Amino acid sequence: MNDRPAVAISGLTKQFKAGVTALSGIDLEVQPREFISLIGPSGCGKSTLLRIIGDLIEPSAGTVEVNGKPAHRARLDHDYGIVFQEAVLYDWRTVSKNIALPLELLRWSREKRSARVKELLDLVELEGFEDHHPWQLSGGMQQRVAIARALSFDPALLLMDEPFGALDEMTRERLNLELLRIWDASGSTIVFVTHSIPEAVFLSTRVVVMSARPGRVAGLVEVDLPQPRTARTREEPRFFELVTEVRERLAAGGAELEVTA
Amino acid sequence: MSWAVVQRRVVDWAPAVAVFVLGIAAWQGLVAAFNVQEFLLPKPTVIAQTFWDERSSLWHAGIYTFKEALGGFALGSSLGIAVALVFAAFRPLGTAFIPFAVAASAIPIIAFAPIFNNWFGLLNPFSKMAIAAVLCFFPVLVNTLRGLTSVDPRAIELMRSYAAGRVSIFRRVRIPASLPHMFAGLKIASVLSMIGAIVGEYFGGPITALGVLILNASAYTNFPVAWAGIVVASAFGILFYGVVALAERLTTSWDPSRRDFHTE
Amino acid sequence: MASIAIEQPGRARVGEATHAAKRAGLVVVGVAVFWGLWEAYRWIGETLGITWPFRVDATNMPHIHDMLAAFNKPLQPGGPTLLHYEWHWALFTAKEALLGFVLGALIGFGLAVLLAHSRILRRGLLPYIVISQTVPILAVAPMVVVGLGTKGVTPWISVAVIATFLTFFPVAMNTLRGLLSPDPRSLELMRSYAADRRSVLWKLRVPASLPFVFSALKLSATACVIGAIIGETPASIQDGLGGAIVNFNQYYSTGPERLWATNIVCAVLGLVFFTAIVVAERLVLHRAPEHVA
Repeated sequence: MNDRPAVAISGLTKQFKAGVTALSGIDLEVQPREFISLIGPSGCGKSTLLRIIGDLIEPSAGTVEVNGKPAHRARLDHDYGIVFQEAVLYDWRTVSKNIALPLELLRWSREKRSARVKELLDLVELEGFEDHHPWQLSGGMQQRVAIARALSFDPALLLMDEPFGALDEMTRERLNLELLRIWDASGSTIVFVTHSIPEAVFLSTRVVVMSARPGRVAGLVEVDLPQPRTARTREEPRFFELVTEVRERLAAGGAELEVTA
Repeated sequence: MSWAVVQRRVVDWAPAVAVFVLGIAAWQGLVAAFNVQEFLLPKPTVIAQTFWDERSSLWHAGIYTFKEALGGFALGSSLGIAVALVFAAFRPLGTAFIPFAVAASAIPIIAFAPIFNNWFGLLNPFSKMAIAAVLCFFPVLVNTLRGLTSVDPRAIELMRSYAAGRVSIFRRVRIPASLPHMFAGLKIASVLSMIGAIVGEYFGGPITALGVLILNASAYTNFPVAWAGIVVASAFGILFYGVVALAERLTTSWDPSRRDFHTE
Repeated sequence: MASIAIEQPGRARVGEATHAAKRAGLVVVGVAVFWGLWEAYRWIGETLGITWPFRVDATNMPHIHDMLAAFNKPLQPGGPTLLHYEWHWALFTAKEALLGFVLGALIGFGLAVLLAHSRILRRGLLPYIVISQTVPILAVAPMVVVGLGTKGVTPWISVAVIATFLTFFPVAMNTLRGLLSPDPRSLELMRSYAADRRSVLWKLRVPASLPFVFSALKLSATACVIGAIIGETPASIQDGLGGAIVNFNQYYSTGPERLWATNIVCAVLGLVFFTAIVVAERLVLHRAPEHVA
């Protein structure tokens, strides 16, 4: 494993046409195998930031490097997978074929595709659902398919934009645990956007707190909870302390830039 | 209107205007270059000249036929809307009859043009109105019905929470919501009505009718006049469509689905 | 001519045997009701001497059983039955309609793909595509038949060209709408895979557009038959249903049932084409029930 950061952002600024400054002077480094959450109030640009990392939006100023390359190159080299809040599965494809979509685009052979799809279905615990159609699955299951699809070509980086936002609390907690298991098994780096403070603390190694209009990094909170995390982790005192700390950082928002160890 | 809006309008329509100019130029050029027989496809300049020479008879014939189209449109569309209202109000009736309506629309109505002429009289404009009406009926029925029945269920629930009765719900929710769909049907009907009238006239009609004028001109190989007549027919169709589209814009300016297609 | 230019994709769930039987039953009931209403109106009309909106008599409203009986009578004394002729005319017209359908579908699809990828082309060409349908193709038909005839094209192919003209429009408009229907999220996903335009077209846009395409094909099925009949009429092509309509219309008073019988054949032809597409749709589309585009 090299010591190049998985994601290196420097002086990033994004202004939209209507004169709205979504992001201003973002500096951030994400080390390989980290799980980073971006959290902030609505309009703080966290989704925009995620999309800039994925080269789906162009920055107005500053640089973004993924895996040591410019973000644009990283996208063309398929260095990351992305999961949205909506699963964005294709109705006309079965679960298997949905997962195989990026592999088809990458021109993998049929055998390789089948084998990989089977692996992934095991990983996200959806064995038996190969030939189902998306509308036959629950929201949580659809998101698992979306995650499997994002991991299909084994990217080093996973970008996730509030993937569990549309699900109920219980499903969400369950999927949080599953995501951590998948993260551990795949060894990837994850950048995760969320609205939920407990979710951010539970999942991450580090939480990036953002302030709104313009979006800036208001603070970084190291989450030193032990790994692997379990359902019990949510009941530990240290968990509540960290949640409080993030909450206070959010409230202060933009006042100071400080890193807590 | 601000300058920016005007500018945008110009940019939006520029390609279409460019295509028009190029098209006419190409037409003129190709006819000359390939020596296409004049009788088949005269040059635009020839047609324009004929237009001017015959403008009086063309205009009167156009108006005559347009009146038939208008009558047919009014008749067919109002029937279509009325039946759609009935089908929407009494769902079981609707679900039972819609397959028949769909099947009926698959029948080439055109084949019935001569029969209508026989029923109502060759020279009677009503025979052509009837064909136009039948052509208009189905698109208006299907589209209006779809609009009346595809309302967001939550909007209906909201009204019922206000203890609003069926009629009230109809009036305040379904009918306004159905307007965009209804206009989609009316726009189609506007074009079809003119065509229906001309098809009817082709099977026989008074010489004051546009369809007969075109037919006779063709028969006597006076093709520039025939083409000029065709242009007039098309122009009335476009005009009619434009009027309906204008009415749509005025009454449904609130509709968010009336946007340009998704771009890449 | 498209009777509904843009239609929403409908539900596409396959029906089982009972469903089909119900449908068949409904058809029988429908036909029976129509038959009953016809004869009832005829009887009332003759008894009361109704003359508005039209005079009710044997010429204007032949008995339905007379219309059906006409199929069995010879067209010329001692010659083959009307049914024999109608069958051949129907096949001839069907041939033109089928070719027109295929060509129209291909052209419509190709045009839609072209327009889906270029906003400029859309703004430039769409108005004329729409305007093209205001031209009374009936009036242009003779020129097309004669013109192509001088280039050595047989008449029935010229008529197929006319049918193509009516068919391409719903296909082009609906397919375009379908190709542009994927939401921004789906397109972003494709971008994240660095997918090229061709992949986006075939893996996303085309499958997404299929429900729209089938809606259009249902309209086109009717349109191609209408186009074929219209195309034959002014050129008085004798081998098809259009020619038959013109002839039987001319001699209407001597045998009204014949025109009606021909109309019945036209209706059946239109319905056959339409049903074929409905069946194809059921077989091809596997979509979510209640799927709203």
